[in-house]
Amino acid sequence: MRLTDEEQAILSGEFGEVPKIALAHQIKVGDFFGALDFAPVSQAHVMADTESLGEAGVRWLENLAAASDGSGRVRIPTITDPRGTDFTKAKQLRQADWMLELERRAIDAFVKLGVSMTDTCINYQTVLAATRGEHVAFGDTGVVIYSNSVGGARSNFEGGPSALSAGITGRTPRYGFHLDEHRQATLRVRVDWTPETLNDWGALGGVIGRLAGNYWSVPVVEGLERAPTSDELKHFGAAMASFGSIALFHVVGITPEASRLSDVGGEKLQPQRVGRSDIEALRQSYAVDTKVDVVVFSAPQLSLYELRSLAQLCEGRRFRIPLLAVTSPQVKPDSDRFGYTDRIEAAGGTVFSGMCFYQSYAREIAEANGWKRLATNSAKMVNILGGYGYVPMLASMEQCVSAAETGELE
Amino acid sequence: MSGSDPVKKNEAPVRFQPKPPKQPDGQGRIFVARHAMGRKVRGEALVANDGFSARYDLDRIAGIFSRPAHLLAGQSYVGKILVLNTAKGGVASAWMLHEMHSRGKVPLAIVFNSVNPILAQGAALGEITMLAGFDEDLTREIPHLAEVEIDPQGKTLRVL
Repeated sequence: MRLTDEEQAILSGEFGEVPKIALAHQIKVGDFFGALDFAPVSQAHVMADTESLGEAGVRWLENLAAASDGSGRVRIPTITDPRGTDFTKAKQLRQADWMLELERRAIDAFVKLGVSMTDTCINYQTVLAATRGEHVAFGDTGVVIYSNSVGGARSNFEGGPSALSAGITGRTPRYGFHLDEHRQATLRVRVDWTPETLNDWGALGGVIGRLAGNYWSVPVVEGLERAPTSDELKHFGAAMASFGSIALFHVVGITPEASRLSDVGGEKLQPQRVGRSDIEALRQSYAVDTKVDVVVFSAPQLSLYELRSLAQLCEGRRFRIPLLAVTSPQVKPDSDRFGYTDRIEAAGGTVFSGMCFYQSYAREIAEANGWKRLATNSAKMVNILGGYGYVPMLASMEQCVSAAETGELE
Repeated sequence: MSGSDPVKKNEAPVRFQPKPPKQPDGQGRIFVARHAMGRKVRGEALVANDGFSARYDLDRIAGIFSRPAHLLAGQSYVGKILVLNTAKGGVASAWMLHEMHSRGKVPLAIVFNSVNPILAQGAALGEITMLAGFDEDLTREIPHLAEVEIDPQGKTLRVL
């Protein structure tokens, strides 16, 4: 990679040990992808739940923090993805003390490095949305795909170590979606049905993600009958990223880089049709049982309006099985102020803050609580939780709330 | 390899149709990658036209592929050279490869037809040899359980 004078100085240790370690890591990755130089970035978002980090990752963070001697603090706004717990409700999840201790150690290290513990995967709705052309280093695939596609920002998937490195150095290797040529469409999808519910938006994203198939594919979508809301695009993108490892999509006439199909080279591609039957087939593939042990709304964290909808659906009900709703620390106070939390919890549900269900030792809490059959309206989550031993089922928010009341998914 | 060409421009997404692997032993054949990192290694190849995610596909404690639908389900990946179609899943794999490395429950190397940044970032932190980006579908060209050598310096995989 071509290094500037400042980057040479960082690499030689003139800026301290931590920036040197961070830049060396970034050069390894940049060289692998053939990046020619670094792009300055304005924000970083670090995914680092301790189930992923393990003891080794936490120790790596602690060593960085210990070596920082004031030089290793992040130099751009750097925030965090959800943690592996909500400390105030960890007992309810039956999480073990060692999990919480690992979380505390990771948080201490991050704070020493100057990271802001926002603990959210919906920072584009709650903290600071990245704008068109803004180079950023975001972790969490849902954050990346939303920011790239809806905001027109430029980020690759940045795993925790790389996103933190970007926060420390203020730059990231210039490859992939930082470059114009990778933002052109490679797959043209014509949909003949516009979803109405969040689970169907997620399912549509999942179907397109599977079609696209790998990180370097960029779907361009035509045929939607209306502009989706932010929450709809949130589920659509998060599922596409989860099912297909996709980091960027375009919707003709809606997303900023595709005012016209030809803006992203879509007119050169043969359209593939996706319809309601494809979405139904995906949903049906998860409809393997009617009994439900737990209902979960998470992945991505719920917006204020999703919580409002959930609160309305909870009115007058009494749940037989646990209903867990997960939101961000930025949304939770408003949910409390507006009475949504009370209305959900009056029915027997629980609103968690700052965590994500599948990043919170999902396998261990399933065993501790006897949970296996799980209903959710998140297509992303049904794609993930099979690997954790769950039988996940995809349904609308309304159907899920009814399932919490009856223990059965209709 | 240029920074603008992790895959050929406008190439169809890498999703090769499942076909039975070629049976010839392929001895002596050399395949050249567009991306490479790590140290030179030699070992037994586990080959499958399937994806890879540390979070979704593995029992990282036991060191085996655990997702029932995975083509390598039940097989140990420890010390093996994985030859797979594509990197999948979320950003957790970047930490997980490092964590697996710390316990010695890690593949010797990973070879992908198509890689995503997360696995490359994880390999960089976890000090795992990695090759990716080929003109051929390597999951068809490399015999399962073949002895192979990976030379990141030359960006080559050689069937021994």
